[in-house]
Amino acid sequence: MELILLFFIFTLAGFLGFELIAKVPSQLHTPLMSGSNAISGITIVGAIIASGADDGSVLTTVLGTAAVTLAMINVIGGYFVTDRMLGMFKKKPTAGSKKEDSS
Amino acid sequence: MNPEILINAAYIVASILFVLGLKMLGRQTTARRGNLFSSIGMLIAIVVTLLDNQVIHYNWIIVGLVLGGVIGLACARLIKMTSMPEMVALLNGFGGLASLIVGAAEFLRIRGGTVEPQYEMFTSGVIFLTVLIGGITFTGSIYAFCKLAEWLSGRPVQFSGQHIVNGLMLVATFAGGVMFTISGDPQIALIAFGVFAVFALILGWTLVMPIGGGDMPVVISMLNSLSGLAACAAGFVIGNNVLVVAGCLVGTSGVILTTIMCKAMNRSLGNVLFSGFGSAPKNDGGDEAEGSIQGELKPISAEDSFAVLEAARQVVIIPGYGMAVSQAQHVVRELGEMLENNGAEVRFAIHPVAGRMPGHMNVLLAEANVPYEQLVEMDSINPLMPTMDVAIVIGANDVVNPAAANNKASPIYGMPIINAHEARTVICLKRGKGTGFSGLENQLFLMPNTRMLYGDAKGSLQGVVSEFKSLADG
Repeated sequence: MELILLFFIFTLAGFLGFELIAKVPSQLHTPLMSGSNAISGITIVGAIIASGADDGSVLTTVLGTAAVTLAMINVIGGYFVTDRMLGMFKKKPTAGSKKEDSS
Repeated sequence: MNPEILINAAYIVASILFVLGLKMLGRQTTARRGNLFSSIGMLIAIVVTLLDNQVIHYNWIIVGLVLGGVIGLACARLIKMTSMPEMVALLNGFGGLASLIVGAAEFLRIRGGTVEPQYEMFTSGVIFLTVLIGGITFTGSIYAFCKLAEWLSGRPVQFSGQHIVNGLMLVATFAGGVMFTISGDPQIALIAFGVFAVFALILGWTLVMPIGGGDMPVVISMLNSLSGLAACAAGFVIGNNVLVVAGCLVGTSGVILTTIMCKAMNRSLGNVLFSGFGSAPKNDGGDEAEGSIQGELKPISAEDSFAVLEAARQVVIIPGYGMAVSQAQHVVRELGEMLENNGAEVRFAIHPVAGRMPGHMNVLLAEANVPYEQLVEMDSINPLMPTMDVAIVIGANDVVNPAAANNKASPIYGMPIINAHEARTVICLKRGKGTGFSGLENQLFLMPNTRMLYGDAKGSLQGVVSEFKSLADG
């Protein structure tokens, strides 16, 4: 990959990130945080390459596998816990269908 | 088809899904779908990476994927909502460590001669940054986790010369980094790598040390941002565009959230990180200070609270960290329903930094089935406050302290607060007579219209609720 192209997309993604989150209700701060936290698990892509590369070194395989595991915990844990949280955010039940929660 | 093109096309799709996902996470109606979009993006990125021609062996990858997936799923399913701040901190730490390892593994591969970096010095430089940011994220998050889980005291830990020690370590880290980057000698590079890796890990720990529990919303969102930047730096190391895009998105959106949190406390990021805020009771100017209020704490019983609430038409409930500690969210919801059935209008007013992470109170109340329309933000409730018959403050302290508005000598002066003191009657639920996180005596508690309902918040509220129930039965 041409280095300059990487810097190019880095800059654009940076500005995009600022714009995307500018007006989020405080209501959604936690899901936003845990959801974006899951995205930072994208480092799993690098981990997979390190773990599966054929370079005859046991150490890089071990390190790579550890990184895959950790990043996968980050990814799966992050997405599922965000989904669980968002599933709890409910609108006010309408008068007829008001249900008592069992908790 | 050339797998290189296929992989990059898939990475573009994944990036689009991340952008859309983040955008949709910003609105209540689309948030859940947004999270789904972004997870599909992640799935695509993972699957096509398996096709990368550098990937030869799959056994260990599969072991890692399955192991991590099972642990992650178990955590996500089993975690209690009150423990959400710890969970976010821990996941964040794992992400940071994973990035650090990716950087380390790439360094070893270059040393072993299996990878030939295109720009040698640049790659070394970004390996240094990846390890530095990843290391700080990892140990910083672990320390934050320990504080949030109360394995360690939430109070700031300070010692004299702390900033100097941290500063020296930072200098040593960068010295190691520069040596590593410019030295062509493999032996020196190895030693320098060891030096900055160790110092980065220590720094993460010592930087979070002097930050108190109440400032955790800032710390968590900042660490979240850093974990994104670590992934982004790792992307530069291995020359991978999806890592750069996704990591950068997380990094910058995390900066926004951190800024929002700092603004909500009217403090700069530097002040939050380095001032050791809340370490000891501070002199807030005492009685001479302008606007200070003298008075005494006036206790109230559950029965009397009930009498006040029963007559109220407009009620606002202001939760704080104390509600999370005593797990009172379900009984709070119950009380809200009782008041509504009694003809009152009930609102929940939520301060942006109430609790230990951004949006902490919203999550807890959502868990207890409080509909989100009933939750109002600080700016919307304050103009209505004088029309409120009763404000119930549940384990919140600094965010309702009027000193922030009228005592220039107070350390929290200027912090936006919920004006609970403007309500006709204020009932404060509190465990004991101690001061809040900031170490300040809360003037709200001394005001003539304030009554203190002492005891565990859950127990106290159950007392009030049972009064309502006996009214309904009788």
